[in-house]
Amino acid sequence: MHPAPSVIIFTTMSGLGYGLAAVLGLGLLDPSAVAVRAAHVLALMLIAGGLLASTRHLGNPQRAWRALSQWRSSWLSREGVMALATFVPLTISAWMSVIEGRHVPLAGWISTAMCAATVYCTAMIYASLRSIQAWNTPLTPLCYLLFATAGGLLLATVVAFASGGPGSLLSVPALLAVVGAWVAKQAWWTRLRTLAPISTPETATGLGHIGRVRLFERPHVNENYLTREMGFKVARKHAVKLSKLAVLVGGALPVLLLLAALLAGNGGLAIIAAVLAVLFYAVGLVTERWLFFAEARHAVMNYYGG
Amino acid sequence: MTSLPSLPTPKKLGLVIDLDVCVGCHACVISCKEWNTGGYGAALSDQHPYGADVSGTFLNRIHTFEVVPEGGQVIGEAGEARIVHFPKSCLHCEDAPCVTVCPTGASYKRAEDGIVLVDEDKCIGCGLCAWSCAYGAREMDLAAGVMKKCTLCIDRIYNETLREIDRVPSCVRTCPANARHYGDLGDPTSEVSRMVAERGGFDLMPEQGTRPTNKYLPPRPRKPLAASAGPAVLAENTDGAKGFFAWLDGMLDRI
Repeated sequence: MHPAPSVIIFTTMSGLGYGLAAVLGLGLLDPSAVAVRAAHVLALMLIAGGLLASTRHLGNPQRAWRALSQWRSSWLSREGVMALATFVPLTISAWMSVIEGRHVPLAGWISTAMCAATVYCTAMIYASLRSIQAWNTPLTPLCYLLFATAGGLLLATVVAFASGGPGSLLSVPALLAVVGAWVAKQAWWTRLRTLAPISTPETATGLGHIGRVRLFERPHVNENYLTREMGFKVARKHAVKLSKLAVLVGGALPVLLLLAALLAGNGGLAIIAAVLAVLFYAVGLVTERWLFFAEARHAVMNYYGG
Repeated sequence: MTSLPSLPTPKKLGLVIDLDVCVGCHACVISCKEWNTGGYGAALSDQHPYGADVSGTFLNRIHTFEVVPEGGQVIGEAGEARIVHFPKSCLHCEDAPCVTVCPTGASYKRAEDGIVLVDEDKCIGCGLCAWSCAYGAREMDLAAGVMKKCTLCIDRIYNETLREIDRVPSCVRTCPANARHYGDLGDPTSEVSRMVAERGGFDLMPEQGTRPTNKYLPPRPRKPLAASAGPAVLAENTDGAKGFFAWLDGMLDRI
């Protein structure tokens, strides 16, 4: 699948935003601290920025409001509905913290639950597609949820250190979530790389009873929408290398930096270590998301010799 | 509404494509593009039509495959090895994933005849339906930003201003080899259903669980070239000669 920048930015940014908002909703941090107030605004900006990026790949974005209507059948519609609905408790929580400096437990907990539900809907857009076998597994929503959680906890750790709050208290679950996310991703990759394709050129043409089927001529000599959108291929050796780099940069480095922050205690060094952990994690996450698309093979490629 | 019809549709209008007959001339591709670019909705645009990197929107494309049986290395040498021209357009699936994934209600399956359509005024061009289709039946029109797909020429098949012979999809009407057939696959007595039953018509990628309406007829088994020629004439044998030739045979024998 073609790794469109708009969709990569959307899933990573909104994932981080929802993760941060979900952790803020738990009320573990001092709602009157400047850093926590800024974090509420940052979470909303990440979510809104991600959603705006997602409209960039629409052919007719002015009609995007129509996407709220088919929540009965469509995960994309459910995602849109949940994303908009989640803004209600998120805005209340942010308002209460930024303006009044307090945490409203009910609004906070509802925010946390709805953030998780929205990320789940995002993941299910991909996981529900049978035509893309790589994505069609419960491991996909598990990875999306764990990556959002890990990102949220990492960001919250920075906020906690910066607000003189329980930085060391948050960095432990952050560390566990980062490890958990990459372990789940490793399982996802193992499944992908050992997958026997359910559809082959033989089943796609129904000619398997005669013999082995190979594309002889494409319909047209040039590329078309289908081959551009779904024919993207990344060399397997590079994919494996990139995924190892993603684990190293997005997993191992943040874990080491979190440990460093823990040892540094509450202070400037801890903040710097936690910020670096977030940045490295973000780089790893974008790599992971790029591979999520680039490595996925679409069943239609059975008709295009790819 | 992007939920699928709750009951099986009373009619299942679709195509039967005969892989034994298709000669890969692409006439159906051109007639499809011509008909569907001029009538309803957005035109089927081309990008850089006179440039080096030309591409465009098509609702019907012909692929060509080479099929080589076990042991056969070169086409034409091993018994069943062959080239198969493979027309492909929307299969109007009964469990059409392109319908249920649509977030806006633009993509729908008609309850009366099972045709899968796109309401272009509602389409936001997200492309998710094209992602969900294992067959590549949907293509985004890059100029209009809406999804295009085969309508089974709904503006022909019900069009009473056309002569009856023309009330079939454009590709079917055009095919010079008669490889494409149109009809109601929900009616077991229809010509297309009988064809499917006789020839062993099959679904493409049944493992995708989409239950396509369109069916494909397999290529017939090959026969050696000699089998098509008439019985060889044996010059030494005059058995069975009649009339003038029997008389001539007798006369010549006596000389």
